[in-house]
Amino acid sequence: MSLLLPESGLLFWMVLSFGTVVFILTKYGFPVIVKMVEDRKNYIDESLLIAKKAYEQMEKLKADGEAIVDQARREQVKILNDATKIRDLLINDAKEKAQLEGYKLIEEAKKQILIEKEDAIRDIRRQVAELSVDIAEKVLRGRLEKKEEQMDMINRLLDEINISKS
Amino acid sequence: MRRLKKILLVLVLLITVCGLNAYANEPAANKEPKEEEFNVREFILEHISDSYVWHLTKIGDHEISIPLPVIVYSQLSGWHVFMATEIMEGETKDGLFIATEGKYKGKIVEADSLGNETRPFDISITKNVFALLFSSLLLILIIMGVARSYKKKPMESKKGFVGFMEMFIMNINDDVIKPCVGKDYKKYAPYLLTVFFFVFINNTLGLVPIFPGGANLTGNIAITFVLALLTFLIVNISGSKEYWREILWPDVPLWLKAPVPLMPVIEIVGIFSKSFALMIRLFANMLAGHSIVLGLTALIFVTVKMGPVMNTSMTVVSFVFSIFIGFVEILVAYIQAYIFTMLSAVFIGLARVEPHHKKEIEETKHS
Repeated sequence: MSLLLPESGLLFWMVLSFGTVVFILTKYGFPVIVKMVEDRKNYIDESLLIAKKAYEQMEKLKADGEAIVDQARREQVKILNDATKIRDLLINDAKEKAQLEGYKLIEEAKKQILIEKEDAIRDIRRQVAELSVDIAEKVLRGRLEKKEEQMDMINRLLDEINISKS
Repeated sequence: MRRLKKILLVLVLLITVCGLNAYANEPAANKEPKEEEFNVREFILEHISDSYVWHLTKIGDHEISIPLPVIVYSQLSGWHVFMATEIMEGETKDGLFIATEGKYKGKIVEADSLGNETRPFDISITKNVFALLFSSLLLILIIMGVARSYKKKPMESKKGFVGFMEMFIMNINDDVIKPCVGKDYKKYAPYLLTVFFFVFINNTLGLVPIFPGGANLTGNIAITFVLALLTFLIVNISGSKEYWREILWPDVPLWLKAPVPLMPVIEIVGIFSKSFALMIRLFANMLAGHSIVLGLTALIFVTVKMGPVMNTSMTVVSFVFSIFIGFVEILVAYIQAYIFTMLSAVFIGLARVEPHHKKEIEETKHS
């Protein structure tokens, strides 16, 4: 029966020591531990969330970057095409211009040549005329060395003039 | 995995020591049957009840025990403080002696003027008190150590012992207290955790047969009484209006509560019986556990008279059963702490009920 009756001494010490234990542990022990563990749990959860967001953002950035690269590539192709077209155009233009210029030059050269030719012909004619006059002079002189011949000549010429007068 | 191995190792060691202790007691008690009949009842009662000295063993005829201080207030002669060894051998000091029979058998008493034995106010550091102070100190050191480790490095995952304690504490906090108390559980969690670890550490120390352990502390009604009383106070102080209404004016037919308050009386008895059951459950379980281990050990001494063959075989049986019961007791140590905490949490949760009958009335009106 003594087992079922609480002993006053033990009751006293139990109240004292358990009271102390409860006081210390409920004030400085368990709340600290539980709070820290929960804080850490929240911290980990938050960190995971942030990491997930960062990952998503990175993926998005990656996709964006790829899109930009794609666009740049397309742009490049376009620019290259344009450049080719412009180059062809420029070359054609230049060709045409050069041809035109060439024609013009040729035309002018032809004109010049014509003028030169005419000049040359005129010169030749003049020289031929002078030469023929000189030759005629010499021939006449040869023929008119003698007096009668001279007289003949003069007569003939006079005749001729007369004939033409009459 | 390594931690699990460590825990297993500790358990195996505990059991081995437990078993060894059963044998260690053998020579001490073996002497007795030669002189007188071995009394199993006396043997068990002596071990599970309190005493003024911490008896370790007996070598030859020499008792080895740790002396503990006696602190007594007598109404006749005032305060007395001395070591218990001074009155252990039936001696009398300042009119105080240990009663050998009667109501106060084994306790310090004094004789009043009429010659009757009276009990002075006795707050001696007995075996149980010493074990209580030791386990309280140990518990404070462990938990404060863990708490300090958290304060030092807050955002770090803990390893080793602190990690184990974290798992343990959070398991009780999240899986027992949280669902049982419901909302506002944070207000009660520190107290319930303290109760759990207090009961658990005392149950476990009670299983360790060498010096600082082995006291039958949670199997002492004074300890469970204080624990149950605190739970009783917290439950009834935190009781909501709805809780008291359900006790004093429950939702039952009028004749059950109007002329004769049948249900209210039952409910009021229920308030006390809940806490009373808490007290008796822990006390009886731990007392029974210690008694079984001691009874199995006593089997060795009882069978001495039946010849060496019987004695040897029963010794083996006793040893094997002691190991088995040792395992069961480790389980019980945890389960009882768990149940005490869980039921306290459930009672607190029940005392904080919200009114729900209005809704029901509305629902019945609608249907």
